[in-house]
This record gives sequence, structure tokens and C-alpha cells, in this order.
Amino acid sequence: MKDVICECGHKNPYGTYLCESCGKPLKEEDKKVANMRYEGVARRSQTYSSSIVDKVWNFFSSVKVGIWIIVLLLVSSSLGTIFPQEMYIPPGENATEYYAQEYGIAGQLYYDLGFHNLYSSWWYMLLIAALGISLVIASLDRFVPLYRALKKQRTTRHAAFMRKQRLYGESDTDDSSDEDFDKVRAALKKKRYNVREENGNLLAEKGRFSRWGPYVNHVGLIIFLIGGMLRFFPGMYLDEQVWVREGEREVIAGTGGEYFIENHEFIVDFYDDDAGELFQEAITREEAPVVSNFQTNASLYRQPDDASIGGESDLEHVEDHEIRVNDPFQIDSISLFQVDFKLNELNTFSFGLEDEEGEMVGDVEFTVDLNDPEGFYEFDNGYTIEIMEYFPNFYIDDNGEPTTLNRVPDNPRIIFEVFPPELEPNEDSGELSMVGIQVNESLNDTSHTIRMTDADTIDVTGLTIRRDHTLPIIITGGAIFMVGLVQGSYWHHRRIWLQRKDGRWLIAGHANKNWHALKKDIASVTEGTSLPEPVDQLDSEEEPQKDE
Amino acid sequence: MFEMSSNMLYIAFGLYLLSTICFAVSITGKKFKNKTGEERNKSALFGYVTAVGAVGFSIAYMALRWIAVGHAPVSNMFEYTAALGIAMALAFVILYPIYKNNYLGLFTMPVVMLIIAYASMFPTEAQPLIPALQSEWLYIHVITTVIGQGILAIGFAAGLLYLVRMVDFTKKDKKVKGVEFIMFTLVATVAYVGIVGGFQAAGYEAEFQYINEFEEEATIAYNLPPLVGPNEGELISEQGFDPPILMPEFIVSEDVNTILWSVLGGMVLYLLLRIVLRRPVGGALQPLVRNVNPQTVDEISYRAIAIGFPIFTLGGLIFAMIWAQIAWTRFWGWDPKEVWALITFLFYAAYLHLRLSRGWQGERSAWLCVIGFALIMFNLIFVNLVIAGLHSYA
Ligand code: HEM
Repeated sequence: MKDVICECGHKNPYGTYLCESCGKPLKEEDKKVANMRYEGVARRSQTYSSSIVDKVWNFFSSVKVGIWIIVLLLVSSSLGTIFPQEMYIPPGENATEYYAQEYGIAGQLYYDLGFHNLYSSWWYMLLIAALGISLVIASLDRFVPLYRALKKQRTTRHAAFMRKQRLYGESDTDDSSDEDFDKVRAALKKKRYNVREENGNLLAEKGRFSRWGPYVNHVGLIIFLIGGMLRFFPGMYLDEQVWVREGEREVIAGTGGEYFIENHEFIVDFYDDDAGELFQEAITREEAPVVSNFQTNASLYRQPDDASIGGESDLEHVEDHEIRVNDPFQIDSISLFQVDFKLNELNTFSFGLEDEEGEMVGDVEFTVDLNDPEGFYEFDNGYTIEIMEYFPNFYIDDNGEPTTLNRVPDNPRIIFEVFPPELEPNEDSGELSMVGIQVNESLNDTSHTIRMTDADTIDVTGLTIRRDHTLPIIITGGAIFMVGLVQGSYWHHRRIWLQRKDGRWLIAGHANKNWHALKKDIASVTEGTSLPEPVDQLDSEEEPQKDE
Repeated sequence: MFEMSSNMLYIAFGLYLLSTICFAVSITGKKFKNKTGEERNKSALFGYVTAVGAVGFSIAYMALRWIAVGHAPVSNMFEYTAALGIAMALAFVILYPIYKNNYLGLFTMPVVMLIIAYASMFPTEAQPLIPALQSEWLYIHVITTVIGQGILAIGFAAGLLYLVRMVDFTKKDKKVKGVEFIMFTLVATVAYVGIVGGFQAAGYEAEFQYINEFEEEATIAYNLPPLVGPNEGELISEQGFDPPILMPEFIVSEDVNTILWSVLGGMVLYLLLRIVLRRPVGGALQPLVRNVNPQTVDEISYRAIAIGFPIFTLGGLIFAMIWAQIAWTRFWGWDPKEVWALITFLFYAAYLHLRLSRGWQGERSAWLCVIGFALIMFNLIFVNLVIAGLHSYA
């Protein structure tokens, strides 16, 4: 492919539309105003189109394609909000049934199409990937040519270039004076234009750096997307939930067993009458009390390096923190967030023993810790009680066997074996009974009955353990994006060309946007001179529709 | 203090009205008194000064309310929606000196009034903050977002102005229908405010006993006369009457009733306008804006969006993500409100890219500005009130 040599002598790459140096149109076009996009230079995508690589490159570098990708993303994102995503359906609900149940046929279809997990579907991911690729290719495709063009531009432009600018003026008398020229130059400098001169011609330029705004913001976006992608790599992202009962300690996942968290107290506060008169109306409107605070008073403990594995006894106290919503506990790169709680979870049951006559057997009183029950209770009067089986969250499974759903004592059942003094626990079998809330069944011949005398509850806090190593990358990307956005939006590239040809003024102006400001600048610097007022050639080109 | 802040908003509202009138006079005045060019200029100046004063009182309302309730007044539907109206007025006050376009004032101020009036249909009393909202990020995030949206809304006003100026209303094509639909929406909002406000002031309440979606007995109070009633509803209050139609249990009958009233009221108002004007509403406005330079208005809308977009992005996405990371442990969770903020962002990004290509300036761009504003309002109203997510506090 041949270079194009302009009459000014500059060698332009194939495909150039306006000479990089003098700006003379190299291809004839009948439009009144030249297309100044990328200064009329050739982009790779406009130059090559034979190989597969070229075709792919051209596809992704097209702004049209880019806009389509953005629009597709936008439309598919909105589909995901018609019904809740799977992660937002009530806990314990089964997605297979939930959507059909709640939303009928539309819900079933939503589920079948996979829209209940839309944002992690392969095709949504593919769209985001396409956006990323398009961003990279479109930016590369334009960056180098734009850089060349802005660097190479000459002060003296071809008259045809001048005439094809949107803002163009030409004086009809030949009385241009040096005095006016100096005046304009001084005014431009005062307006902080960068003024260059060559053979009595002038180029004033301002805000060129704003041309790089889009490229900076695209780079920021790419970094942001890469950061988002890294989440799927192991070790980058930790998301665990831990439940800690009051007075207890739990290991913090992700710290290799080094750190432990203790919940001293979990607090829920409500806005009550003391909240002041101001809120009364709103509080009465809400039928339930309005929460003012969720808080866990927590302590952090550390396992010393030399401690024996698993020994919790010699933990060192590190730090206390009141964990609240909006105020997580920060430990190295890990944060603990207040996200959930359970008030009044069953904690202990206290029992007594009743004999055949219904009299309480003296001295046989004991308390079972529902989170950590002892197996064996011996009493001075010779009675022994053993816990045969313990189901913290009792249910009967599909095979009809009693079992437990999990270790949370939501529905505890205990099978006790009672040995009166005349029986020997190691040899004989005792009286079996199953006890729970409102439940007391004897499982064999029993002469004694276990009676629940008391139940004690405790509050549990639910914390999220989070470590996200992608955050620094995401933050960097976001910051770069914002910088680029501001750079490209709040500054504008303006250029004014001024020439004298045979004593006549030629003046042309170009702005990449915000023409209004450029027009005002030109009007103000030419004020009081013999320079012609440039006209906006678009004003006459698109003849506005007539009224009535 | 609280009462005083409300009074500030009333005063501001009056000033917005006054400003609208001044801008109207500055435009129509030309026709009647051609010789008194001087006076004409002054009414535009007066319109602008009034608008500045209105914004001043609006800010005083926010500041006093902030002091009175102890948190930034941007935490429920009333407060947020009012803030959007105020932000739009603020954006106008900042942009007007650049372009000195009185038509923009004529189109912006009524929209501002409508938004504030609409806001005050929501419960306006002070509300305490739930724990998730107790953070300084509440005001950093929300105020930045609302300012961004206010500036984007100026793009809408300028876009609408462009369309009214440029669409050929003698035809009966899609464009005319589109503009008339926008007019109808505005008129229906006026009807909504009038009807709901009127019955609220009269203290109307009709109470029903009905069977709710959990098949339990419940009661519901209507603040508008019941055109449709709840499932198996029976009137139990003195006021009211038996509605002609009852709704099935899975529909919130009271909302349907309100929407029905607004649409019917809007239709009546709109038809009245059509009868009085004897042509499309847009067509009736067109002679008023004959002297508008379409290029300028197009540029104003483009600039408004170019200025508003970074601010909206900063507040609605970046600050939002920072706060979500602190309050909800993750910066992004595909909550409907987050998704709709992303959609708004993508939409305006598409707009900016379309503006780079020829053929998307002028009329098409004006339509996009209208759609963008529709997205913002959709996110504010529909997503908040209908698609319940983590954000639905109001
Ligand atoms: C959500 C994703 C994107 C965002 C937020 C974004 C943002 C922007 C912004 C703010 C501008 C400046 C516009 C102006 O100055 O009016 C811009 C310019 C541009 N964008 Fe994007 N963009 C995105 C995706 C893309 C994609 C996928 C392409 C691929 C074709 C693309 C290609 C371009 C081009 C060619 C420019 C013009 C550059 C110039 O003026 O030199 N953008 N972008």
C-alpha cells in the first residue's frame, strides 16, 4: 500500500483523508465541512481488511459495534431485574419451584432461561468480555494515529483545509494589518492559548490533553474489568459467614487458624419514645419497631506462634472492636462485617427427675449446654443420667430415621438414659426417654420421668468474613476511569487558525466539542479588529424546519 | 426548626413559579411590545434572579432539615425526590449564565416544580435512619448522585425544547405522538398531584376489610375514592362507597386505584387542553419557541449530559460501590437498584458514543435525552416502589 504524497511534500500513510501536515483534503468530498474525527488520519482498521485478524480487529474497533455491545449489555442487565435473582429469593426456598410458584408461567420461563442467575451466565460474561476486547482494540486503533496527527500538525494549513472547517471566516477587503495580528495574538495568549507562528500564520491551541481523556478512561475501565475477573482466581476472594454466640469464640476462616473472634455481647437497639417527638409520626406509621443499631462487642485473639495446635487456652488478646453495620472490624486484609443475628437462640435446658409417684427426686438437677452437652451426669444419691443421643435440630429423614439438620439447636431433642441407684450404668440398660420442647416420650419401660425445669436462651451474631485482594486493582481502575472521564469531559480541545493571504484574513476554528466556548473565544479575541466574524457552516447546512 | 425548613420549601416553590412566569413573559413579551426591548430583557434577568433565590431557599430547606433531623435530608422518597428537583434547579442556575437561554428556563422551572410537588405526595415527616443508612457515605453518595441526575435532567429539558421547536406538528406521525406522550405524562403528573393533594388536604379516608395475599383478613385505608377495591373488600368506614370492581388478591389495589385516578385525571386534563388549543399540545407551544436556535439547544443538551455524566458516575456508581463495600461487605451485588444505576450509566455512555458519529445530533439526540430522563425517573419511582431490593427503605 502506497503512501500518499501531498503537494506540501508530506508523506502520509495510505488511507489518509486530510494531510497530516498541512491539512489539505487528499480525497474529494462534496461536504461543506471536513470530517475532523482523528484529524482525518488513517486508522489501522480503515487500512487493512484482508486477513481474519484484520477482520476481527476491524469489527471490534468500530464504534458502532461498541455501541451495540453497550446496548446489549444494558438490555440484558434489565432482564435480570424482572424477578429477583436467585441470591435474593428467601433463604431456604428452592429455586426450581420458587419461580413457578411465585410468578407462574413467566416465572418458570425465567428460571428455564437461566435468568435467575443472569449476571453469572456464560453469555453475560461473554458480553462483558466483548466489551473489554472492544475497548482495547478501539483504543489501540486510534491512539497512535491521533498521537501522530496532533504531534505533526503544521501551523500553516492549506486554504482548502481552512475553508472546510465548521467555523470559517474570510475578509473581503485586503487591509489586514500587523497591528491587528499582534492584537489577536496577545488576546489569545491572555486566554491561555498555546500560540505558534510560522510565516506570518498562526495556530492557537488549547486543551489538547483532553483528547486523551477517552483513552485514559478506557484504560481505567479495562483495569476495572480485569480486577473483576481476578475474583474467580483462588485466594483472591474470601467470603465466609460465621455465627458466634455470646461469650464464645470462633476461629476466623482464612487466617489459617491464627485469629479468633469472641462475641461478648450482641445488641439490638430500637428507636423508642426517647428518640424525640420529631420521629414519633414516622415510628407510629411503621407498625414494627424501627431498629437504630445492630452491634457486636467483639474481641480479637491471636494464636501465638509457639502454641500447640488447637489449644485455645493460651490465646493472646489483640484488640476490641464494636462491630456495627457500616463499621466493620479490620484485621490485616480481612474485614468482619455485621450482617445478621439471631435473638434468643436456645442455649441450655435445665432438668429435674420425677419418680413414679410424681415426686421430684431430690438432688437430681442438672443443666445441659445445648451447644456442647456433657455425656454423663452423676448425682450424690446414686442416680446417673447419660445422654444417649443428641439432635440439635431434630427431624425424621426420608428413611424414617431420626436425625439432625445441622448443629444449631433450633429444635433440640435429647435421648436420656436414666440409671436409678439399683442399676449399674456399665452393665445394665437404663430407662430411655426422648425429651425436647413440648415433647417427652418414654422409649422403654420407665418408672422415672425427666422434667424440663428451665430453658435459657442466648443471642447469636452473624458476621461475614471478607477478604478481597482484587480491591486495590478495582480502586485503581475506577480512579483512572474517573480521571479520564473528567479530563475528556471538562476540558475541550480548541484550535484557531489565522492566515493572511494577499492581505486578506482567513480564520478557521475547530473544537472537538463545546463549540459555544470556541465561538465566544473567537468573538472576544477578534473584537476591535478588522478580522471577519467566522460563520458556523453547519447553521446554514442543516436548514431548520419551518414553523407552522 | 423542622417547621421552618418546610416553610423554606414552600417559599422556594412560590419562587420557582414566579421564575417560570418571568421567563414566559420574557419570551411572549416580545410579540406584544416590540419596541420595549429593554423591559423584555429585564424580565429574563428577573426570572434568573428569582430562580437563584428559589435555589437559595431550597438549600436553606435542606440545611435546616438536616440540622433538625440530624441527618442529610436525602433518605426517603420525599426527601430524595425533592432533592432531585432542587438539583435540577441548581444545574439550571449554573448553566444559564453560559448560554443565557430563556427558553431553557421556561422548560426547566415547571419540571422542577412538578418534581417537588410530586415529592410532597410522599410522607414528609422526619424519619429515623435504619443502621444501614447511618454513614457519612449516605450524603456523599446520594448528594453527588442527585446533582449528577439534576444536570442530566437539564439535558431532558433542552431535548424537549428541541423537539417542540423542530417536530412538524401538522403531520400525524410517530414523532408527534411521542411528543404528545411526553406532554400527557407531564399532565398526568399534574393530575396526580392535584387529586392526591386535594383528597389529602380534605382528609379523605375509606377503609376496607379484605382478604390479603396470604388469605388472611386485613384492613387497608384508601386516601382516594375507591374506583377499584381490594380482594373481597368490604367498606368499614363512614367515608367512601362500594367500588364497582374488586381486584384479585395478588394486586396492591390501592396503588392500582391511585394510578387509575392519575391516568383518568391526566386524560381529562389532556383532552381539555386539546379542545381548548385545538391542536397537539406540543404544536401549541411551538410558536412560543420559534426563535430558538436548534443548534444551540442541541449543544446545551449535549453539554448538560457531558457535564452530568461524570458526576452521576462518581456518585451513583463509584461512591455507591465504596459504601456498598463498607455497609454490605461487597461493592457490587446485582441488586435491582444497582443494576438500574448501571443501566443508566451504560445508556448515557451509549449516548456519548453516538454523538461521536454523524446523524445522531439534533433530533435523535433529543429523543435520547428524553429516554435518559425516563430511565432516571424509572429508577427513582418504579425500582424503589415496585421492584423491592435492598435499597427500598422508603
Ligand atoms: C461502558 C463502557 C464505556 C464507557 C463508559 C466509555 C466511555 C467513553 C467516554 C466518556 C468517551 C468520551 C466521549 C466524549 O468525549 O464525548 C469515550 C470515547 C470513545 N469511546 Fe468509549 N466507553 C466505553 C466503551 C467503549 C467501547 C466498547 C468502544 C469500542 C468501540 C469505545 C470507543 C470509544 C471511542 C472510539 C471514543 C472516541 C475517542 C476519541 O474521541 O478519540 N468505547 N468513551
